[in-house]
Amino acid sequence: MTLTDLANPTKFLALTARLLPWLVGATILLFLIGLYQSATAPDDYQQGATVKIMFIHVPNAWLSMFVWAVMSAAALGTLVWRHPLADVAAKAAAPIGAAFTFLALLTGSLWGRPMWGTYWEWDARLTSVLILFLMYLGLMALWRAVEDPSRAARAAAVLTLVGAINLPIIKFSVDWWNTLHQPASVFRMGGPTLDHAFLIPLLVMALAFTLLFVTLHLAAMRNEILRRRVRSLQMMQASQKAA
Amino acid sequence: MSALGALIQRDIRIALRVGGGALIGVLFFLTVVVLMPFAVGPDLKLLARLGPAILWLGALLSSLLTLDRLFMADHEDGSLDLIAMARTPLELACAAKALAHWLASGLPLIIATPVLGLLLNLDVPATSAVAMTLLAGTPALTFTGMIGAALAVTLHRGGLLLAVLVLPLSIPVLIFGVAASEAAITGPHSFGAPFAILCALSLVSLVVGPFAAAVSLRHGLD
Repeated sequence: MTLTDLANPTKFLALTARLLPWLVGATILLFLIGLYQSATAPDDYQQGATVKIMFIHVPNAWLSMFVWAVMSAAALGTLVWRHPLADVAAKAAAPIGAAFTFLALLTGSLWGRPMWGTYWEWDARLTSVLILFLMYLGLMALWRAVEDPSRAARAAAVLTLVGAINLPIIKFSVDWWNTLHQPASVFRMGGPTLDHAFLIPLLVMALAFTLLFVTLHLAAMRNEILRRRVRSLQMMQASQKAA
Repeated sequence: MSALGALIQRDIRIALRVGGGALIGVLFFLTVVVLMPFAVGPDLKLLARLGPAILWLGALLSSLLTLDRLFMADHEDGSLDLIAMARTPLELACAAKALAHWLASGLPLIIATPVLGLLLNLDVPATSAVAMTLLAGTPALTFTGMIGAALAVTLHRGGLLLAVLVLPLSIPVLIFGVAASEAAITGPHSFGAPFAILCALSLVSLVVGPFAAAVSLRHGLD
């Protein structure tokens, strides 16, 4: 089974129909473990129980960027290899990525209230995530603006790749513009500074959210394929009636 | 090379003659800047402090509004298809068109800056700093905006969609443009560092913009 075999939507539908129940099960299981571990994790000596927002907030923030990476890979698939399912993947991923980004912003804002005393702070990370959110919304607007899916797919692919080049630049410039947020504490030189009591639940939750994304993404891709089939059937019916 | 020169000449000529509308961008720039005192009040000190930001926002918005013209007219009369089919690589043709567009509608903004700086109570060093940063930064706005213009013309959608797609991409230019001009006026920071980054952004967009625009034109025009 290679990527080219999956180019056939019927094969893709059959494969995902077999995969999805397992994925749903694994996602639920990991969420149960992760939530239990998060609930039983000790309170932080400074932040108290609010530190547990981290177990939701950080995975969402990671996924907000991961989904853009997935869309960029799909965009390459559209422009370079013309893989028939690449644009389905790109289109299905955009709203999910926007939702993760929104959740990262929301939980971050709820976390900021007790910690910084304000819901919104124009600090570097919040601002660049907000810009990422705006770019997701722009991409979704582009998908919705054009009726012909393949035409929209190529335009969206160009925009996704340009965004992939630009997002690090935006991130860098916003960092330069203002740095108030704490520096990165998990992925950095010299190993994580986070205590194991927090790190393990965090990683389990990150895995759970990633599986949630994979599940939702595959399900959304199935829906998109079916939606396109319905659309072409309707077009056929309409043209038969006209003839 | 002569083909590109001819393309640049043609585009500038079209932009400057009747129906071109390059100079409307300057008029828009002027109007936006004149609107600001009505919004924030006629306090000259406050205006001087906000001056660089106002000038940059005005330049950003007016370069965004003129972007629609970059491919639209050529698409309507079919010359864009000829340019796409010509032996000159489409990437180079896009770069030439963007350069012509910048010369016709970006450069006038910079020439207008001293007058507007006067209105905003900026002194001569401040105004020249803003003009310098605009000179270094507006090419980046044109060349990244060109990607949005190419997408818009292939999709037959312009206006708001173009703005929504292009504006987030221009945030770095805005940050470093305003930072460099404020550093030159008040700041403890050096003018050189943000200015160099601004130039770098322009150079990067010079490379990325034509390729991305050419890809979207090539895929979209069939």
